[in-house]
Amino acid sequence: MTEMFRDKVDINLTVNGEAVEAQVPVGQHAVDFLRHELGLTGAHASCEHGVCGACTIRVDGDAVRGCLVLAAQLDGSEVWTVEGLSETDAIRDLQVAFVARNALQCGFCTPGMLVSAQELLSQEGVPDRAMIREHMSGNYCRCTGYEAIVDAVESVAQQRAGKAKP
Amino acid sequence: MTLQFGNSDRPNSYIGKTVPRPNAQRLVEGRGSYVDDIVVPRMVHVAFVRSPFAHAKIANIQTDNALAVKGVLRVFTGADLAKVCTPWVAVLEHLKGMKSPPEHPMAIDRACWVGEPVVAVIATSRRAAEDGVEQVSVDYDQLPVVTDMMSALDKVTPVLHAELGDNLAFQRVNEKGDIAGAFAKAHKVVEAQFSTARHTGVTLEPRSILVDWSTAENQMTAYHATQAPHMMQSVLAKHLDLPESRVRVICGDVGGSYGIKVHVYPDEVATAAIAKIMGRPVKFIADRLESFTTDIHARDHKITAKIAVSADGKILGFDVDDWTAIGAYSVYPRTSAIEGNQVVNLCGGPYDFADYRAKTTVVFQNKTPTSQYRAVGHPIAVAITEGLVDMAAAALDMDPVAIRRLNMYADDAYPVTSPANMRFEGLSHHQSMDKLVALMDYDALRADQAAARAKGVHRGIGIATFIELTNPSPFMYGIGGARISAQDGCTVRMDPDGSIVAMSGVTEQGQGTEAMLSQIVAESVGVLPAKVRIVTGDTQVTPYGGGTWASRGAGIGGEAALQAGRALRDSILEVAAAMLQADRGKLDIRDGAVVDNDTGKTRMPLEELGRVVYFRGDTLPKDLPRELVQTRHYITSEYPFAFTNGVQASYVEVDTDTGMVKLLKHWCVEDCGRIINPQLVDEQIRGGIVQGLGGALFEEIHYDDDGQLLNGSMADYLVPMAAEMPDMILGHVETPTKESTLGAKGAGEAGTAGAPAAVMNAINDALRPLGGQVTEMPFTPERILRALGTIED
Repeated sequence: MTEMFRDKVDINLTVNGEAVEAQVPVGQHAVDFLRHELGLTGAHASCEHGVCGACTIRVDGDAVRGCLVLAAQLDGSEVWTVEGLSETDAIRDLQVAFVARNALQCGFCTPGMLVSAQELLSQEGVPDRAMIREHMSGNYCRCTGYEAIVDAVESVAQQRAGKAKP
Repeated sequence: MTLQFGNSDRPNSYIGKTVPRPNAQRLVEGRGSYVDDIVVPRMVHVAFVRSPFAHAKIANIQTDNALAVKGVLRVFTGADLAKVCTPWVAVLEHLKGMKSPPEHPMAIDRACWVGEPVVAVIATSRRAAEDGVEQVSVDYDQLPVVTDMMSALDKVTPVLHAELGDNLAFQRVNEKGDIAGAFAKAHKVVEAQFSTARHTGVTLEPRSILVDWSTAENQMTAYHATQAPHMMQSVLAKHLDLPESRVRVICGDVGGSYGIKVHVYPDEVATAAIAKIMGRPVKFIADRLESFTTDIHARDHKITAKIAVSADGKILGFDVDDWTAIGAYSVYPRTSAIEGNQVVNLCGGPYDFADYRAKTTVVFQNKTPTSQYRAVGHPIAVAITEGLVDMAAAALDMDPVAIRRLNMYADDAYPVTSPANMRFEGLSHHQSMDKLVALMDYDALRADQAAARAKGVHRGIGIATFIELTNPSPFMYGIGGARISAQDGCTVRMDPDGSIVAMSGVTEQGQGTEAMLSQIVAESVGVLPAKVRIVTGDTQVTPYGGGTWASRGAGIGGEAALQAGRALRDSILEVAAAMLQADRGKLDIRDGAVVDNDTGKTRMPLEELGRVVYFRGDTLPKDLPRELVQTRHYITSEYPFAFTNGVQASYVEVDTDTGMVKLLKHWCVEDCGRIINPQLVDEQIRGGIVQGLGGALFEEIHYDDDGQLLNGSMADYLVPMAAEMPDMILGHVETPTKESTLGAKGAGEAGTAGAPAAVMNAINDALRPLGGQVTEMPFTPERILRALGTIED
């Protein structure tokens, strides 16, 4: 097979702070690579169209769809998934608020929800409910009706703003 | 047994309180274990060749090229699987006259809907299996299709299954009183046509199953995203010719169900059949297109209905003609006739009137099969009933709340049997309505509506009362011959460290079953909820039960847990009395310790009792029973169903230029009997409401005239998103059922039952002064602009 038509590529990246070297099929999606090759099953494949957000992961600081990015494109990237964000306590306050408010039922959308919420809360300012609803609209939830999720994100937004005050 | 759940100062008072879910922390950390997360040695993957045509003869299948694909191991046709798997016929004996043809796990000679599995390709990866699918060549001869519901029974329409004689699957008339007389003497008769669109559940986790067959152990193990593990055990055993005892169904985390995952799907049975043939684990995870074309659809109903009212607003009668088209086969084993059957049972439900007629006609067509989806039939019946009541109120110039108060069963009327022959043990329509009117500040909202109208802003208020069927007895399925358990069991045991393990036949789909059970067991034994571990979803481990459907988990599974917990408490106290040489009646268990009942003084922690029972049994009297494990089962017997009730309200703003509907706010007051965990109940209601709102405004599976499904992705089939959903104000009335000690009825479907009707009535309240009315769901901008006459043609 010629260089131009290789069907596998080598990638080097960090995932949840750990160095990863892998050879991946060129057509493999990032979420499938994370789930099936690295055993990071927190991000979920659901719509496979970039619509529902269940596969949302953080790549180089941005929340991206794991079903729209190829594993090959992760070469050189810093990737964080819900597993790593949990271990480092980076989203602990969001997780505590989600549990306390029952902002999850089946939990399938939740890892993606948390990554999206963290992205919103990393931006300037304190989002109000309308802004939270708008931002979270790329993450579908079929169980909760969203209100509990909005409540949980809003409470953490205010909590973080309170902490940030001098 | 006297249990005073109302007193919040009682010891171990966990029933009625918001207690965290034991499994939630795991899920927020991404440590759930859904079927696709499970990998077992020698596992292979299946992908299916599916019919691209709605109706076609399968002439020839070429599989050589597929077998040449790297990674592809085997290819199976429908004929191959028919050798190891018997077909099923999805009828129930109590649905008189119902018919449906035998259905195989994969089509053999003929495919009857787009998406029906035809060939299975097995490979070392899903990717290779999909590559193999592309290389399978099937010659189809297209056959005439039946897609239209209302002409399905016409003489000129082709008959889909020749052996059945016609396209009629089921028909039933539910009639009481003198319907002609009621309409003859009416002051006003209002008639309307309603339709509810074809929906599907859109579980974020697609249907998933991983089946292993161990020839060494003669054992089938199915890891299955299901609501009914024991039912699946029975089905797999029966059709694959295995003893039930050799089939184990394990249901771990499930990523959303809503009724979608309570049915038997041909591709899932095919997966099990292939595992049995190959003697190794086979995984099937539906992709999203497969979800849209093969998950059950629901709600595809067209109705003509009328209401008769007297001059003073009394309801005299309802006359309902309901039609539904259920696709090519009735779905096994619950059938596809239940939704229509529910419609004729539930129309007019909240109201005290005499004369009733409702007819449902259930027909076959070349589309994806429909079956039970959250709130089965209720959203349809409530839309018909409440739509007509609002239209009648408008015709009489009555307030929508006033006409309902005039007609709803009085709160002291129970027990009562409705004209549809539904038996109500105790409902609270008036209390619920009073609470709703107060919560929404109805008069102020009317003033706001008038003020907005004066400024050219069209807002509307919609009310929808409803009843909901929960806690089903064997009258739902068992009497029809289905091996679907209406009873459920719970085993509760105490381990040496004083902790409790409870195993239940009801399942966790995310609704909070495990939290609910942990609260009940904690209270009934006398320990902290954190000391209780719950095991569900394993047919080899848990007592036999029905699982999750028809809002039965808390009412049936919860009562079994309560009884088992009380029995374990008695066993513990018997041992404690012997050890402490005390009067058993003067001891209690509180917070994990044996205490004096009167003083609350700790006598002995449970771990000390556990130590003695398990390690120093020699120190106990020889004949002292020391069974620290108890099992109880529970089944309802006095009423076929425990009905709940509630009322919802919607406040909307309709943009008459664009036809867009903005949901401003939503209210719901419901009565599910004893509330075990207020937060979990509220979130069931909220989630249910939003599923109902989806049906009212967005959700519709589209087919063309050839039976091709047109919107098979989440980009094209619209479900509610966060930005367009309202905040929801909830209230509760508690009328516990007297059938059980716990008194709980179901709460999982009430939101979905009432929301579409509330939105429809709100939109029509906004449109009425403009002369428009919509009754065809979903209420898209186009339909609203047509109702306003903005779009014609």
